[in-house]
Amino acid sequence: MTALLEVRNLNKSFGSVVAANDITVSVADGEVVGIIGSNGAGKTTFVNMVTGYMKPTSGTIEFQGRDITMLPTRRVIAAGISRSFQVPQVFSTATVADNLLIAYGIAQGTRYPLWRPLHHGARVDAVDAALERFGILNYRNLEAGLLPQGVRKLLDIAMATVRGPRLLLLDEPTSGISVEEKFGIMDVIMAALRAERCAVLFVEHDMEIVGRYAERVIAFAEGTIIAEGAPAAVIADPQVRRYVTGEPVGARRFRAAPAS
Amino acid sequence: MDRTTRALLAAAVLLIGASFLIPDWVIFLATVIVAKALVVLGLVILWRTGLMSFGQALYYGLAGYAVGLAQAELGVRDAFLLVGIGILSSAAIALVLGFLLARYRDIFFAMLSLAFSMIFYGTLVRSETLGSTDGFSILLPHFLGYAPGSRAAGHDLLILTVVLAAAAAWLVHRYLASPMGHLTTAIRDNEIRVEYLGYSVERAIRVKYVLAAALAGAGGALVVLAVGHVDPDSTYWTTSGEFVFVTILSGAGSVLAPFLGSALFETLRAYATDYAPHSWQMVLGVCLLLLILFMPQGVWSLFGRVRRLGAKDKVAS
Repeated sequence: MTALLEVRNLNKSFGSVVAANDITVSVADGEVVGIIGSNGAGKTTFVNMVTGYMKPTSGTIEFQGRDITMLPTRRVIAAGISRSFQVPQVFSTATVADNLLIAYGIAQGTRYPLWRPLHHGARVDAVDAALERFGILNYRNLEAGLLPQGVRKLLDIAMATVRGPRLLLLDEPTSGISVEEKFGIMDVIMAALRAERCAVLFVEHDMEIVGRYAERVIAFAEGTIIAEGAPAAVIADPQVRRYVTGEPVGARRFRAAPAS
Repeated sequence: MDRTTRALLAAAVLLIGASFLIPDWVIFLATVIVAKALVVLGLVILWRTGLMSFGQALYYGLAGYAVGLAQAELGVRDAFLLVGIGILSSAAIALVLGFLLARYRDIFFAMLSLAFSMIFYGTLVRSETLGSTDGFSILLPHFLGYAPGSRAAGHDLLILTVVLAAAAAWLVHRYLASPMGHLTTAIRDNEIRVEYLGYSVERAIRVKYVLAAALAGAGGALVVLAVGHVDPDSTYWTTSGEFVFVTILSGAGSVLAPFLGSALFETLRAYATDYAPHSWQMVLGVCLLLLILFMPQGVWSLFGRVRRLGAKDKVAS
């Protein structure tokens, strides 16, 4: 398999806080990779940098052999990367169907004449099919701001897939979802994404989820990668147990960067 | 044809039909109402995006001066051409200023747009060649080679205004129903999501700002042709404030709302200045206060309430 995403020596600091320290990550086409790490380990910063929302202090990000390090978010999205959010980002005053219709409307861009209404037959069918895939068709006419958290998460992820991305980054897909629901929701997400055949990089706190869905796991701590490999091996790693799954030690998280 | 299209068509036909029966002063009032509603229509697009321009008089006044200059310097007399010149000059300036304004939101957007309009006002007041504070006269327009007298010109101008306004309102209606039009409320709701769907929020705001300016230009050009005069007051902040007032009065619920709001406002002002020449602003102020308290969605929301009441009656019976 060829590398889809190639991240080399990525650094990012906010003042004296180091959010990324020499991060090198490679993701292959169609691969499912889990990222674990305690709060403040730099996981979301990593996702923000890959999607162009934040610019790294140094390092390069290549996608399908093309340097995307300094591209603005919308260009990164157009190149074939997408993401979901820990806190779902939806259009809260629009209905679930309209949220996805707007997403499709933007994705289709100029391929459809602009004077066609948003609620155009073919587009509505595509949206209903997507809602069906994500199991939220029942909610189609509900305002997105009034949805239960789990449904909002699914809508957020459904919106991220409308362009048919080659790589999807999921930021804590099961956070804020009850223990009983989490596997059900992850099954729906992973089944829908397998249909799209895209690579998935997901940030997750829950080791059960990581163990079940990831093919490979990368563990972050203090902006550095401390372990990488098969899920069982990484979760059992003493460093990971100490920094990620073990008892939290507050002070270490915001330690200043060692002079390099 | 949907309901809004039918309503627009019916209103335009009715108004043109009625124009043959109503006295001259009502013809003039109707022209001003419809022309100013175009400015408000533009503000409605911005308002749906979560932005309020407090300097829309810049484009309203600019178009008036563009019409005057085109008449005086280029000898253009045709109403269609003059309105086109008004629209284009306003849109062109908005295209340039849009690059700066699209970076700002909320009160900063409002105040920056106000600042631009006051710079323009200040320039006009100091320019002798443009008539300083007095402004200058606008000649009666011709219509495709036909040069009517004063009375007929007023009537013809109303018909032109109604036709243009109906066309503009229909286009805005279609625009708001399209994916790009839905990017108004979408941007207000969540800019991050719009960027992550792959569309530039700033670009979308620039497009909406230029559209709003073009509509303000159309309104400004039509009003000076009806009034026969242009002066710097048309670019002053109180004029901008009036458009904001009417936008709130109207509500953003439909492209028909600005016409209803504009009609209410101009009629209210006409009678308030008549009965209370020294305190008409207070009458307007009280009206706005009551409106914000009882109809925060504007007078257009009355239609929704009536419809919901009707639906409830049906369920009950």
